[in-house]
Amino acid sequence: MARMSRLTRETIDTEDLLRRVTVPAAGAVVLFLGTVRELTAGRRTLALDYEGYPEMAERKLAELDAEARRRWPLCEVALVHRLGRLELTAASVAVAVSSPHRDAAFEAGRWLIDTLKETVPIWKQEHWADGTQEWVHPGLGAENVPPNPSEFPASSSGGAP
Amino acid sequence: MKVRVKLFAVAKQAAGAEAIELDVPADAVVADVRTALLAAIPALAPAARHLMFAVDAEYAGDRAPVAAAKEIACIPPVSGG
Repeated sequence: MARMSRLTRETIDTEDLLRRVTVPAAGAVVLFLGTVRELTAGRRTLALDYEGYPEMAERKLAELDAEARRRWPLCEVALVHRLGRLELTAASVAVAVSSPHRDAAFEAGRWLIDTLKETVPIWKQEHWADGTQEWVHPGLGAENVPPNPSEFPASSSGGAP
Repeated sequence: MKVRVKLFAVAKQAAGAEAIELDVPADAVVADVRTALLAAIPALAPAARHLMFAVDAEYAGDRAPVAAAKEIACIPPVSGG
């Protein structure tokens, strides 16, 4: 069977994901999509750019898949995260799970997206409507984020090959 | 010895490069890599305590050795989803 937890640079094919997790043993299928939102704390987003550390991200997705199956009686799990430029309303991430009964499917789906957001090495860059760009790093307040190099002479970075 | 560290997101932006070569002691651990990285890219200093590292594509603590590593990466706080 093809790997069901992976990264992609294409539009996430939700019909395909649902087909993959909908098996005879399942009585419940839950699909979560994370989508590109226009407003964040009053600021307007034009687009998001997602970057990943692919080798590690795919390994982490496989670990999440295995851990969810260990915790809940699941039939199938499919995790897909998209990388690259995404416009408003595009799905950046999809979590699809199936189980014999709905409680496990809902709980596992919730745990999977929450844990994915905390552990999988993927980053998003906001492209704000005011023309600025900004990498999003939870826990890093504005005072902790290094300035954009465009505001700083390149010589300040030093040491880069 | 020299180690090459992959950079992502704000670390890549601050360095202006996708990776950086650093000089570290022969028996270096992740904490030494962090110190060398901050010395090479002073702009990262404010984020220092939030930067994690991966050795061979697995999160590694400050005491993890890096001499045998095939790949080292700096992992700023993640924001996928």
